[in-house]
Amino acid sequence: MDKIPILKMGHFLLVTIQVDMHDRLALALQDDLTARVVKDRAKGVLIDISSLEVVDSFMGRMLGNITAMTHMLGATAVVVGMRPAVAITIVELGLSLENLCTALNVERGMAMLTSQLNTSAEAGGHEHHQKGNPRTAHF
Amino acid sequence: MNIIRREILALHTFEDIVLVRQAVRAWMVEMKFSLVDQTKMVTAASELARNAVEYGGGGSAQLEALADGGRSGIRLIFEDRGPGIPDIDQALKNGYTTGGGLGLGLGGAKRLVNEFDIWSVPGEGTRVTIARWE
Amino acid sequence: MSAETKSRILDVLTRYEKEILRDWVKEQLSAITQGKDLLSEADLRRESAEFLSLFAKAAGSKYLTDITAPEWAGTREFLAGLSRSRAAQGFTPSETAIFVFSLKQPLFVRLREAIGTDAAALGDEIWTATVLLDKLALFTAETFQKSREEIIKRQQMEMLELSTPVVKIWEGILALPLIGTLDSSRTQIVMESLLQTIVDTSSQIAIIDITGVPAVDTLVAQHLLKTVSAARLMGAQCIISGIRPQIAQTMVHLGVAFGDVVTKASLADALAHAFTQAGVTVTRKQAQA
Repeated sequence: MDKIPILKMGHFLLVTIQVDMHDRLALALQDDLTARVVKDRAKGVLIDISSLEVVDSFMGRMLGNITAMTHMLGATAVVVGMRPAVAITIVELGLSLENLCTALNVERGMAMLTSQLNTSAEAGGHEHHQKGNPRTAHF
Repeated sequence: MNIIRREILALHTFEDIVLVRQAVRAWMVEMKFSLVDQTKMVTAASELARNAVEYGGGGSAQLEALADGGRSGIRLIFEDRGPGIPDIDQALKNGYTTGGGLGLGLGGAKRLVNEFDIWSVPGEGTRVTIARWE
Repeated sequence: MSAETKSRILDVLTRYEKEILRDWVKEQLSAITQGKDLLSEADLRRESAEFLSLFAKAAGSKYLTDITAPEWAGTREFLAGLSRSRAAQGFTPSETAIFVFSLKQPLFVRLREAIGTDAAALGDEIWTATVLLDKLALFTAETFQKSREEIIKRQQMEMLELSTPVVKIWEGILALPLIGTLDSSRTQIVMESLLQTIVDTSSQIAIIDITGVPAVDTLVAQHLLKTVSAARLMGAQCIISGIRPQIAQTMVHLGVAFGDVVTKASLADALAHAFTQAGVTVTRKQAQA
């Protein structure tokens, strides 16, 4: 079974999701990722979804799960590269992805994680979120 | 209104869900739907296909290409012989949660399409029909 | 006409196809007054020939006068296409319907020749042909109408796109000054345009200025909020500026909450906020006198 590769980039891990994931692959990714966060003492996880043409509720839940799990392990997850059509659809669909941290691309995501890393020492924890942290308005 | 083309796909495994998404995408690209319209419809299809597989015990997806006067449309019919939905109104109101839980998401799917129709009888099955026009 | 008595129309069509085509094209050319220059005789002949062959094929079906039957699908598609192109070229609805109406005379002449002196049979055939061609002509006129509406709608969309430009006002900061009323379709275009520009320019901040929007009701507010949410999911932040006192009052009365979306009264305030977010400082070169 093909697994989704997880790359180490300094203090962070990078996952690029390119295929339509089914349940087993998604669960495998969650297992692998959480294990790697611990093993590599990663401070952040970048999830690149710039190749995804569709994000349905299943994928949305998965992104939410990964974010929550990463957070619980003391790191920050950032979802990057969401396509406009996907963003519009998710909003229309009513998927509440409130806890998601997002950035335009991998580069920006890294910058966000890095600056957070630098300031978290002062702030004393990962409650301090930079700009771009979305808490979706309700309507 | 005419049905120009029709195809029925089986929906039993998660791979089947992927196949349905790809088929809907391909049809809509050919019919020259806008990218956003495509994404909305494919996403709705993914939701309904998933419902059929996860809660309906498997079923089928029927794709229809429509022509009405000058404009084109695509219609999808998702059918299963599963347990059915006891309270359709409630199901239509349900939103999604990221923390797991039932994601029937019918209300959400309804917002993504132009036409939405649902038939469901507990013990008999469910049939959801959605359509999008150019 | 009963189902057993087969109509002579198909018979006549196949036997006299060339003559009918010739006379029919002549009728059309003499009938078209305004659009004479828009359509070449060769094109008209080609279209008429294609229609006749489709018509003949369908006329052999059991359901001769039911043009909604599948046998008539090809003919309907052809007429729909014809209407669309005529509408686009600027013909009037009448001129377009004449395409079908003018087929009557040449057809009736041949029917009379074929049926001869049987007045009852001739009457029946002419009646059937009339009903059939009238239905097809009406169908043509209807699709013409629909095409015209589609063209107008598309032109409106193009104008909307032109009137809602997204401007890059600084590295990483976009501005979208909205002017005029915001309806559903316009907001859709605006939203898509803004989001795509965010991707294209890698901008993290977008200022949506609604100074030029006269009225903001719950629907408009919802659309704005959806745009902001979508931008957030992509990793960009939106600031809504240009909220006039009346709008602020209306929104509160309507119970619309912008949640934690940053809103500013003026574009200038929004820009200042954006600079802060982007870590940009602006200093004056010389002290003011």
